[in-house]
Amino acid sequence: MSDDTQNHDGHSGSRRDFLYLSAGAFASVGGAIALWPFVDSMNPSADVLALSTVEVDVSQVEVGQRVTVKWQGKPVFIDRRTEAGIAEARDTPLDDLRDPETDEARAERPEWLVVIGVCTHLGCVPLGQTPSEPRGEWGGWFCPCHGSHYDTSGRIRKGPAPLNLPVPPLAFLNDTNIKIG
Amino acid sequence: MSSGNQQPVGDGLVKWIDTRLPVFSYLQKEYAEFQSPKNFNWFWNFGAILTFMLVMMILTGIILAMQYQPNTMLAFDSVERIMRDVNHGWMLRYMHANGATFFFIAVYIHMFRGLYYGSYKNPRELLWILGVVILVLMMATAFMGYVLPWGQMSFWGATVITNLFSAIPLIGDSIVTLLWGGFSVDNPTLNRFFALHYLFPFLIFGVVVLHVVALHVSGSNNPLGVDPKGPQDTVSFHPYYTMKDSAGLAIFITIFAFFVFFAPNFFGEPENYLPAAPLNTPAHIVPEWYFLPFFAILRSINFDVLFIEAKLGGVIAMFGAIFVLFIVPWLDKSPVRSAKFRPVYRWFFWIFVLDCFLLGWVGGRAPDNLVFEGLNLKVIHLGWLATFWYFFHFIILLPLLGIFEKPKPLPKSISAPVLGGGSAAASATAKPMEKA
Ligand code: HEM
Ligand code: FES
Repeated sequence: MSDDTQNHDGHSGSRRDFLYLSAGAFASVGGAIALWPFVDSMNPSADVLALSTVEVDVSQVEVGQRVTVKWQGKPVFIDRRTEAGIAEARDTPLDDLRDPETDEARAERPEWLVVIGVCTHLGCVPLGQTPSEPRGEWGGWFCPCHGSHYDTSGRIRKGPAPLNLPVPPLAFLNDTNIKIG
Repeated sequence: MSSGNQQPVGDGLVKWIDTRLPVFSYLQKEYAEFQSPKNFNWFWNFGAILTFMLVMMILTGIILAMQYQPNTMLAFDSVERIMRDVNHGWMLRYMHANGATFFFIAVYIHMFRGLYYGSYKNPRELLWILGVVILVLMMATAFMGYVLPWGQMSFWGATVITNLFSAIPLIGDSIVTLLWGGFSVDNPTLNRFFALHYLFPFLIFGVVVLHVVALHVSGSNNPLGVDPKGPQDTVSFHPYYTMKDSAGLAIFITIFAFFVFFAPNFFGEPENYLPAAPLNTPAHIVPEWYFLPFFAILRSINFDVLFIEAKLGGVIAMFGAIFVLFIVPWLDKSPVRSAKFRPVYRWFFWIFVLDCFLLGWVGGRAPDNLVFEGLNLKVIHLGWLATFWYFFHFIILLPLLGIFEKPKPLPKSISAPVLGGGSAAASATAKPMEKA
């Protein structure tokens, strides 16, 4: 076998080798491309993506109250912050933060903080939405799973989570209606 | 496999089939006449026990799948229906749920056996590696199975574990979305986990076949770790070990049955009898007991290492704890297999076993809990220690022991009396006649 493939006309690296290699390369690339639809079919489907905005009426929410709404299967925390909470968030020096971000950038309208209520460590839902739940050392949220503390701007302050609670894409349709997504 | 040079076995129909498809001569050769060292102890029972458990899991699983609904709206209730309304449903489900526990008990004993008697050493490296592959597949299968009843632990366990992948830089989040098929653990996730939970046990079955083929090439190791020198050192598998395996299996099944019938929720988590609530995390998320040591390692890395963030570090350590098992055959440099003749390794083996139990204990407790009042010793501190020791054992101790440990003299053969002085040495040369 090796005799006639390699030294057919007296030197190796013949045209036949080239054909073998290029056929092999095309087959592997083609195989990989053919596999892609199988893998991609496991990504979110059109109907799942279609459910990706919600509108919330927040007229009933009082100062100091927090509510939870569901968006894309995840809890979204809406916090109508008190003056004290806002001041605390805005006065925090960026140097104290693990994931530095100003409160101004996170809460366009200071009274309303909207964050995704999924701990950036391993995805538990932090506590603090009702007054009876612990809110952690910075008065925001506390994740019971592995002890992450978030401040009144939803920024990570202590514990294993690496990042702040993310702010979802949002738009204030008017003073009482928020569109998330 | 060459054909024709083997005499067909049996007569009549058996012979007719065997001439055309040599299944009977294969069974005869590999399971009846197969020569095994004559000095197996009870730890050599677990291969048969594991085979039995795999078949039992597949049987109960297929029957459960006929009643189970892989849909978030229906899953929890369908399992409750199995428990209450389906004939014998409660028994089949308890067999399956406790079966996973006993499957892992058996596989861990089987592996510690391998570590103690050096069963991973030349020529059994690949046999050992296939075993670790089976362990990994079992873990994936059990993890996905636990999601199916769609209780609180199912949901939050799935959330926490799939989120581990988000620690991978750059592509992590895309991987998690791909695993979920959405933006959180939800119906698409449950559906695919069911499909894969059905598939994986059959993959395991395939790898078990390879594992056994590899075993029948090298032959079994034995408590002395010395190779059989001739027929005086072995017995045929049937009836000797078929009987011993049956006896061990009967004991194992009795204990298993005790839990199925009298303490079916002993290993379970009451929280999982609450339906999954995606907006409400339970106060303590704990995995099933068989994952606790790895969970403890994951959580012990709660500090950044150079540029590696704590979260990624934990994930690397956890997967590393499994990966290191693959390379044990090359980490352990000692030419002596059995710990019986390794005075130092033997101690460290037992320390390692304790370490694994300590990790399991740590994994089940909140990291910030105090172990002792007074002393400021927290669970996490023990986690650091135990995690350090786990890797230290494999990566530092095993190679060093191979160099510095002075093994005890090995018996010349399995039949030779252990350390029998001059007569043992003499009888080794006279091996064909020897009987002891
Ligand atoms: C390697 C073998 C297997 C292991 C380790 C395993 C493990 C598990 C575990 C831990 C559970 C959760 C039990 C509970 O708490 O309720 C489960 C559930 C389930 N498994 Fe398996 N399984 C195996 C094989 C199979 C097979 C072959 C099927 C066939 C389709 C299957 C079908 C199911 C079904 C339908 C459930 C949900 C019902 C229930 O929760 O009891 N399993 N499995
Ligand atoms: S998931 Fe919140 S701290 Fe780990």
